[in-house]
Amino acid sequence: MNLRKIITRLVVAVITSAVTVSAMAKDTIKVGVLHSLSGTMAISETTLKDTVLMMVEEQNKKGGLLGKKLEAVVVDPASDWPLFAEKARELITKEKVDVIFGCWTSVSRKSVLPVVEELNALLFYPVQYEGEESSKNVFYTGAAPNQQAIPAVDYLEKELGVKRWVLAGTDYVYPRTTNKILEAYLKSKGVAKKDIMISYTPFGHSDWQGIVSSVKKFGAEGKKTAVVSTINGDANVPFYKELGNQGVTADNIPVVAFSVGEEELSGFDTSPLLGHLAAWNYFQSAESDANDAFIKQWKKYIKDKSRVTNDPMEATYIGFNAWAKAVEKAKSTKVDKVRKAMYGIKVPNLTGGIAEVLPNHHFTKPVLIGEIQDDGQFEIVWETPKEVPGDAWTDHLAESAKIVSDWKDSKINCGNYNTQTKKCSGQNY
Amino acid sequence: MHGTSVIKRKIPLTAVARVAIFPPLLLLIIWTRFCFAEDTFTEQSLHSLVAQLSSASFAKKLTLVDEIEEVAGEASLPILEAFLAGQLYYLKQEQDKVFQAVKIEQDNYQILDIYTTAQVEYIDKQAFRARYKKVRINNRLRKKIKLSLSRISLSSGSEASKMQALNALMDGVDESSASLVESLYVKERSKPVKKLMSVVLAVHQLKQATRGATFNQQTDDQTEKQKITQALDLLDGRLEVSVKVALINFKAHLEDLTADDANYNHDLINPLLSKTNAIIHSIEEEINFFLFVEKLFFGLSLGSVLLLAAIGLAITFGVMGIINMAHGEMIMLGAYTTYVVQLLMPNLINYSLFVAVPAAFLVAALVGIVIQRTVIRYLYGRPLETLLATFGISLILRQAVRTLFSPLNRQVDQPSWMSGALELNPVLSLTYNRLYILAFSLLVFIALVFVIKKTSLGLNVRAVSQNRDMAKAMGVKTEWVDALTFGLGSGVAGVAGVALSQLTNVGPNLGQAYIIDSFMVVVFGGVGNLMGTLVASFSLGAANKFMEPITGTVLANILVLVFIILFIQKRPRGLFPQKGRAAE
Repeated sequence: MNLRKIITRLVVAVITSAVTVSAMAKDTIKVGVLHSLSGTMAISETTLKDTVLMMVEEQNKKGGLLGKKLEAVVVDPASDWPLFAEKARELITKEKVDVIFGCWTSVSRKSVLPVVEELNALLFYPVQYEGEESSKNVFYTGAAPNQQAIPAVDYLEKELGVKRWVLAGTDYVYPRTTNKILEAYLKSKGVAKKDIMISYTPFGHSDWQGIVSSVKKFGAEGKKTAVVSTINGDANVPFYKELGNQGVTADNIPVVAFSVGEEELSGFDTSPLLGHLAAWNYFQSAESDANDAFIKQWKKYIKDKSRVTNDPMEATYIGFNAWAKAVEKAKSTKVDKVRKAMYGIKVPNLTGGIAEVLPNHHFTKPVLIGEIQDDGQFEIVWETPKEVPGDAWTDHLAESAKIVSDWKDSKINCGNYNTQTKKCSGQNY
Repeated sequence: MHGTSVIKRKIPLTAVARVAIFPPLLLLIIWTRFCFAEDTFTEQSLHSLVAQLSSASFAKKLTLVDEIEEVAGEASLPILEAFLAGQLYYLKQEQDKVFQAVKIEQDNYQILDIYTTAQVEYIDKQAFRARYKKVRINNRLRKKIKLSLSRISLSSGSEASKMQALNALMDGVDESSASLVESLYVKERSKPVKKLMSVVLAVHQLKQATRGATFNQQTDDQTEKQKITQALDLLDGRLEVSVKVALINFKAHLEDLTADDANYNHDLINPLLSKTNAIIHSIEEEINFFLFVEKLFFGLSLGSVLLLAAIGLAITFGVMGIINMAHGEMIMLGAYTTYVVQLLMPNLINYSLFVAVPAAFLVAALVGIVIQRTVIRYLYGRPLETLLATFGISLILRQAVRTLFSPLNRQVDQPSWMSGALELNPVLSLTYNRLYILAFSLLVFIALVFVIKKTSLGLNVRAVSQNRDMAKAMGVKTEWVDALTFGLGSGVAGVAGVALSQLTNVGPNLGQAYIIDSFMVVVFGGVGNLMGTLVASFSLGAANKFMEPITGTVLANILVLVFIILFIQKRPRGLFPQKGRAAE
């Protein structure tokens, strides 16, 4: 008797709560924000949370979407990779968000991936990454390797005549995959194995003297040498300090970094870094009206004139605008409808061009190379003549070259279609 | 606009020169040549060249730098130097007016006339930002300017700057710079400069021979052979990178010649080839020796960091037997103290460390004593609870710093006397910050040994750690000795934080990176033995650095840990075990 009572009460409770939730869902469109607000990644990710909130506020000022207001739901996965999955599940099932903007490190994205696929949700991932992935439920608004690493290497080779390569990175999935691609690419261009040096260091490495010394020695063999750095996080500071102390300057051995942007440079003395390079799809110094407006808006929103903008912020901006446009086009926030509406959507980027959403869930992006200045900004010294379409599966590794991703073509409709066996491997990503 | 009116008086740009800014330069030069006497011509064209810098593209700036050097020669030195240092600015309103801006202290700028170096105005940051814009510079320009500067300072300049210029020129020595060096060689008085000049010329000779310009299969010229032999003799034993590169390329060229044609000139090439080989061999041997010395230095340097991190723990854990998981946070507190001290004396960064060392000692020691009096003394003889409690304290301290200072890393500036490197020769240079920290760590060690061995506090510490009850019976205030000892260990950790702030990021997690290493060193060296800590830290540092190039950083760390595990299996009490009754 008692048990039955409890069950009925429970059922009633569940139904009423479900009704209220769905009633609430009708009032607003919920935007989930899944960025670490504490822990090691908080430094970078807090900025992106603020960017999403700023975009939501701006969209609401314009009257929201489909006649509804947007409502941001912020959670804190605390730089804890498994917690990302839990928080994603919470956002989707409990908060019933319509879209999630989130993640920074590749390992956090990999942890969220099974959740968004199982629950058929939508994630916008705003950071440059190693590629080799294309999920039905994720849009990659940052750069794929062919939109950052490969053009940077081309620049060094063609413009600076680099013949010897040091690939230095932090020991985890993004640098390892990127370096694997770069090594294959360099070898395909006829660079001998002895002209490539690869070195990995742990997160937060601080004793760089041995590595910098071996880079110096490697660079003293008569051929122009450059360092391609996928060193991540705050290990960069002692690395560049050591370069300065040992007298490695940008004109003898330039370092091109893929993870050092305006945000990372803000707040420390950049004079030892002068002239070293970074490759991104956006720099704050880019000259365009859209960029000026964005910087102004950001400084006003964050109420701090010294704050800078950076590439992942632009990627968030592009992703958010593309999603908003797709929602209006689909006249719905249903994941499948929005996803189909996304393909082919064009939104302006901040460097004066257009970002187009591709059927492989990547975007077209311009590639820029900048030299670090003493004010912590970048001087853009080179850029691709037009936007480069993002390639999910690299063409430079034999096993990936035959794989394509296309979620629009109904014959393929797969993130990893093998063009030789004509099969989709069954993995969802 | 008071500033601009002054400027107008300082630089009398005639209307003629202003009109002539935009037409192609060649025309301008020819035209001005007709119009002005030689003296004014130089000045005028220099002014117009400099005026073009602000609006020119990078490619155009490259040619402008060349032209400035050509037109003004020695007089262009200060301008180019300012340009290289990123101190050239122009007026936003009038782009052709270029000035040198020097940052004074934190927020003020001194604007100088680039030709007379007279002060034009002295303004604060905001006014400066509003009125001036930087003449942008990139890598290619920097390289170009450096070459120009070395050419200029070669003909004038002090001995040191001449040596520097020659070293810079050696890498990309070409026909024109070689002839410049040759012409200056005769007049040069200083012996070392003369010697270096001849080396540059020899490198040039070798490069030419490699290019095949003066030396090929058909060459049967004994004088040519003699010239090259002489050049080779000059290069013997030189450690400069460019010398080695030139030799390697020359050798490859000779080998090409021998492989290329069956009827090459044996008599000519074979002796040269063997001579080149021998020289390369001897140079490489010497380089390898210096690289070994360098590696040793790196090892000692890492060892000194380990020593600093571990020596406080050698007292709290080694002597007192407290497993203090918050030891790393004491180091962190020391580093943050350095940051605060630098905030308090922003204009005296060079002296900040001398204040920071005692300050950090006091801060960390006080925190240590508080921890000891409030937590640890209730947990004597319960190592597991101590471990958990101190771990909790470490979390609290880290979060406190996060809340107080923000989770972001703080920037601690390096005093100028600590940056740069001591260059012993082209291969071996020792960075100053590492050198000072090595010396500092030894100093701290000696001071600590002195305190433990020679002072009454030290005597009490040793007595209490050997036999608490007996010491108590003899009238030693054990409670106070415990607190002071813990304070001493924590204070030394704080001092280590000052040193580490110069090497690594100052953030809430700073201590976490060193806590494991510290325990490792103390256990390996033998608990309770300061000498053991010294030997252990230096040997682990050296082992790590010698393995690093072979195995990579990550594997080197793992191998060191594996080694210690095996070592502890064999000798559980470490390198220098405690002897006698104290060991029990």
